[in-house]
Amino acid sequence: MKLLGQAKDLISEIDIFWDNISRSALVFRAGLNNYLDGKIERFQSDLKDIRKLESDTDSKRREIKYKLYSHMLIPESRGDVLGLLETTDNVVDSIKKALLQFDIEKPEIPDLLKEEFKELAQLSVNTVDEMVLASRAFFREISIVNDHINKVHYYEHEADKVEEELKRKAFNLEIITTLSWKVQLRYFVERLARVSDEAEAVCDRLSVYVIKRSF
Amino acid sequence: MDTILIFLSSGLFLGWSLGANDAANVFGTAVTTKMLKFKWAAIICSIFVIIGAVIGGAGASNTLGKLGSVNAIAGSFTVALAAGLTVFLMTRLKLPVSTSQAIVGAIIGWNFFSGLKTDISTLTKIVYTWVLCPILAAIFGFILYKFLITNIRRSKIHMIRIDQYTRIGLIFVGAFGSYSLGANNIANVMGVFVPVSPFKSINIAGFTFSNMSILFFLGAVAISLGVFTYSRKVMTTVGADIFRLSPLDAFIVVLSSSLVLFIFASEGLKAFLISYGLPSFPLVPVSSSQAVVGAILGIAIAKGVKNLNFGVIGKIGVGWVLTPFISGVITFIMLFFMQNVFMQKVFL
Repeated sequence: MKLLGQAKDLISEIDIFWDNISRSALVFRAGLNNYLDGKIERFQSDLKDIRKLESDTDSKRREIKYKLYSHMLIPESRGDVLGLLETTDNVVDSIKKALLQFDIEKPEIPDLLKEEFKELAQLSVNTVDEMVLASRAFFREISIVNDHINKVHYYEHEADKVEEELKRKAFNLEIITTLSWKVQLRYFVERLARVSDEAEAVCDRLSVYVIKRSF
Repeated sequence: MDTILIFLSSGLFLGWSLGANDAANVFGTAVTTKMLKFKWAAIICSIFVIIGAVIGGAGASNTLGKLGSVNAIAGSFTVALAAGLTVFLMTRLKLPVSTSQAIVGAIIGWNFFSGLKTDISTLTKIVYTWVLCPILAAIFGFILYKFLITNIRRSKIHMIRIDQYTRIGLIFVGAFGSYSLGANNIANVMGVFVPVSPFKSINIAGFTFSNMSILFFLGAVAISLGVFTYSRKVMTTVGADIFRLSPLDAFIVVLSSSLVLFIFASEGLKAFLISYGLPSFPLVPVSSSQAVVGAILGIAIAKGVKNLNFGVIGKIGVGWVLTPFISGVITFIMLFFMQNVFMQKVFL
């Protein structure tokens, strides 16, 4: 009975971990939109939320790691599960760093580029959402993991296109007058696109784990 | 009593080596995949081997008795010792070997030496059971794998839950496997001593234990000793062997091979099948290692694994012929020495 109780606890902790990741993506989108729309107070609150989510996710990962090893659970897959959780941690980390950097540098985004910035953020959020679905499926329904991974690849590719377009505009538009501004904009475009890159990296690992676990 | 123990020692040695080797078939993967601690595996295995041997060991033992009833205790000692030596030698030479095949060869060797005729119909029945054993295990492995995987996929159970169920399942099938191993293979260890058993029936708390039960109990204790003292090493080798099984595969392998061993040992099942006019299985000691190989092949076929190592099947085939032959020859030579050098009566 103790064995079954331990499993129940761990399953719920893993579910909470994925809930945190989903919420981080939502906060990321809200935070960026609020910044671009000049709602700085709400942006500050989003930043506070993401800091908390990042630290919660980190401690949740440690708890799961401890329980997996101390209770000797899923001995043949626990390395893979920990690898998955650790790489996923990078996604939340990149979200926090992006919002934090906006707060520190307070870059001026020209109105002409705001919609594309929002589009890039949305595509990154889509990759994270699909990544979470793929990861949840890895635990419960392995046959559908690849469907979600394919969507991650698609959204990441779309994000790459928007990233390139934004960079070109940053360096070609005459309204962006100084080189330092251009370089700064390029840096922020890359920061936003990194979220989707990290989500794709998680899925690359996941696809290997799926092959290993296919019965 | 001391002389009796000396004569029984060869059977006990055979039991020890059976415990050391065959416990790995039942609990090896569970231990090496860290699903179960060795200590618990050894305890469960020992208890159920003893129960299986004492309760269900008679059936397969009777068949060996029909093949050749060794009627002098020095003969029984030599037959068991020769079988043990064959197992030891072939293992050292890295040749496929099974205690069941070694003991049958040894009994035939005794028949030759004592000038008694070997019952061909019993021998045919035994050999056909050996062939049937891995085939049946493969069929069970295939069906169980397909059934379990389809249901797991459909039910969307969490990975951690599957792990828990597999762990509990491995304990149960391990216990069942140990019971079947005891019931089926005790005949190899103590079967040749049954006709010359020196023990008398005893009554403990209203239960009567026949002389055969006492003999089987001693053999099973020797098997348990083998489990505790040496099987850990064998388990590690099995775990690192060519077959890398997942815990779920291991569950299916152990269940399939245990079912096969049970079928060829259970008098109750035989009576049940006969009462319904169904074809029954002969009660014959079979090789648990070969059942395991069969079950793994069954799973591999179900998984659609390409490049199957059919050399393994060839090896089993070689074992069917080579082991009884070598064992028979060793027995014959040893009986000669026992009779002419040590001046012991090896047959009546």
